[in-house]
Amino acid sequence: MNHKEPLVRMKKRSTVSLKQAVLVRLIAVLLSLVVCAVFIVIVTQQNPIQVYAGIIDGAVGTGRRAWVTIRETVVLLLIAVGLAPAFKMRFWNIGAEGQVLMGGLASAALMIYLGDLLPNFVLLIVIFVASMLAGLIWGYIPAFFKARYNTNETLFTLMMNYVAMQVVTFCIVFWENPAGSNTVGIINAASQKGWFPTIAGNSYVLNVIIVLVFTVLMYYYMAYSKQGYEIAVVGESQNTARYAGINVKRVIKRTMMISGAICGLAGMVIVCGAGHTISTSTANGRGFTAIIVAWMAKFNPFFMILISALLVFMQQGAIQIATQFGLNKNASDIITGIILFFLIGCEFFINYELEFRKKQKEA
Amino acid sequence: MKKKLLAVLLCVAMTASLAACGSSSSSDSSSDTTTEETSEDTEEAEETETADSSAASDIKIGVIYVGDENEGYSASHINGVAAAAEALGISSDQIIEKTNIPEDETCYDAAVDLAEQGCDIIFATSFGHEDYLFQAATEYPDIEFCHATGYQAASYGLDNVHNYFDYIFEARYVSGVVAGMKIQEMIDNGEITEDEAKIGYVGAYPYAEVISGFTAFYLGAKSIVDSVTMEVKYTNSWADISLENETAQALIADGCIMIGQHADTTGAPSACEDAGVYCVGYNIDMTSVAPSVALTSSTNNWEVYYEYAISCVLNGESIVTDWAEGYSSGAVLITDLNEDIVAEGTQEAVDAAEAALKDGSLHVFDTSTFTVDGETLADDDYVYDGYYHESELASAPSFSYIIDGITEK
Repeated sequence: MNHKEPLVRMKKRSTVSLKQAVLVRLIAVLLSLVVCAVFIVIVTQQNPIQVYAGIIDGAVGTGRRAWVTIRETVVLLLIAVGLAPAFKMRFWNIGAEGQVLMGGLASAALMIYLGDLLPNFVLLIVIFVASMLAGLIWGYIPAFFKARYNTNETLFTLMMNYVAMQVVTFCIVFWENPAGSNTVGIINAASQKGWFPTIAGNSYVLNVIIVLVFTVLMYYYMAYSKQGYEIAVVGESQNTARYAGINVKRVIKRTMMISGAICGLAGMVIVCGAGHTISTSTANGRGFTAIIVAWMAKFNPFFMILISALLVFMQQGAIQIATQFGLNKNASDIITGIILFFLIGCEFFINYELEFRKKQKEA
Repeated sequence: MKKKLLAVLLCVAMTASLAACGSSSSSDSSSDTTTEETSEDTEEAEETETADSSAASDIKIGVIYVGDENEGYSASHINGVAAAAEALGISSDQIIEKTNIPEDETCYDAAVDLAEQGCDIIFATSFGHEDYLFQAATEYPDIEFCHATGYQAASYGLDNVHNYFDYIFEARYVSGVVAGMKIQEMIDNGEITEDEAKIGYVGAYPYAEVISGFTAFYLGAKSIVDSVTMEVKYTNSWADISLENETAQALIADGCIMIGQHADTTGAPSACEDAGVYCVGYNIDMTSVAPSVALTSSTNNWEVYYEYAISCVLNGESIVTDWAEGYSSGAVLITDLNEDIVAEGTQEAVDAAEAALKDGSLHVFDTSTFTVDGETLADDDYVYDGYYHESELASAPSFSYIIDGITEK
């Protein structure tokens, strides 16, 4: 009689139908757009519909813009694809940034030193192997210490990012042009050696092909291969894995080598396929953004396409609304933040349902 | 437990990625002020629209900035473009500005996008933009592409690429005179001896633009106090507020009694304010953060070039490949003197130096005023008629000697 039932109670959902899950996410996106609209009106006194139109125009308004959006999407996707197996194994690889940088650095180095010696397609194959190798080494180091000495991989991979940045800074001293300027500039601008070739008149087709191939491969690797299953078991419980006779240390090292190698390849796609230069900001935070992509997609490579497309879409749109409405870039960061908040927050409502206190019946 | 860890990690990742996104803007910003500025801009634009001429109403101008209005260097360009447009009767909706464009393929994307939007002339303002801007220029031969601080236009082999810069070294020289007057006053008051007259300089990179700048500043101070020496420390960054602050502190600890800077933030002046050491800033008036120690700042007036380049396009004239001008056309200046603290007679000394620079009787890099490794510079392509012809052959600064009296650390 005296103990009151709380107004709202959380109850774990036993099952969620696909329809329900999609509905919850849709509502979340709509709500986030409404909150963004309120923010836009209050802070900027702009018409939110126009701002949204500006975002769409900036991201896909012209053929060029659409291709830039695609180019940026596939890079983010590739890094997320690389991170997925590590995170599924519950190995907190915060070091994608560094792995991408090292891959990019290897690519730039080979473009500079072998550009005059090899025909372009041979050079690209060499870079392909070298960039993956560079990322692989950068991913293997923390995995080795984790497997051998049980070091904290979160800190280790994070710190490896800064080491990678300093290695890049060090190399720029030798490659900078002109001396002292701290910029490398476009590498092989005249000869275009080490640049991705244009396919069907478009410079970014090869980027898309490479990334999609790796996305599909990763899907099958994780979902259907024995190694993919081992990753899942190690992620759920290392003791279970050991009991089942899985060599946990070996799985950790192998998975991080794959994860690092793919991130290294992303470095090549950035350097050879887009920027043709190297700097400490080559990875530009994408190693961290990709973590969000991988988690939100629950490590499903095909969902990752959607999430990375959404994030890049917002980011490219941001440049446009900054131009069009004189909104500072920070305004669009806030919009992206609000949308992410709702998308991540809605997971709660997918896992739990709320039960309201029922009216007490009078006796 | 795992869920908690996951939640924490997601938070960390989000903050990290947001921080990474926002890292290009150097200082804290509030979007409120931004929007206020924007709405003012549009009002101004409406006013000027009524006064536009027929040719001016068709032109479209594109500008690519490395930062935004919160960052001193880009802000000076943004103001320059706005002032030039107002002077020429061009409305603000004819100007398409892209801010926070990093020095990579994003700049190429931005330049091409501006070209496709029908811009007749496109400017980019940061050194690392040059390769990407000119790459776009090869695809659009009918559009003029102008790049600030770069050096490749003359050798690039295209008619539609241009470089521009100004004689900022002249303004640095004059700001050096202000510093020198203050040091002389300190010596006269017995606060320091002549041997203790040591300037500290917070430089960005060991690179001609910076070296040329601090040499000019030093020579300005030396023209007043002959015994002055200078120690330079580099931050290896154009804008890093905490690093500049620490570098200034290190210089002060080394016995420097005056701080100059070639870096974009207020880090050094704030350190000087805390330590009570006088300083000379760059780009913007530093008295807001260092009211009791900031003497003045050297600064650029980019309006002069923008007005020139845009009117060239309006009149169908060709733009010079390398443009650089100084006091004689008002392209450089120093900010208002901090009257409460500058030495007596500073205004007169500044006026005299500025007048001499204008009429050509004073040259900043006069070879009779300095030596390199104990020897006067010999004549070559740059050195003749008794001075180093800075920024005359090409607009980008080229003076990269470390002259006697200056030490790099």
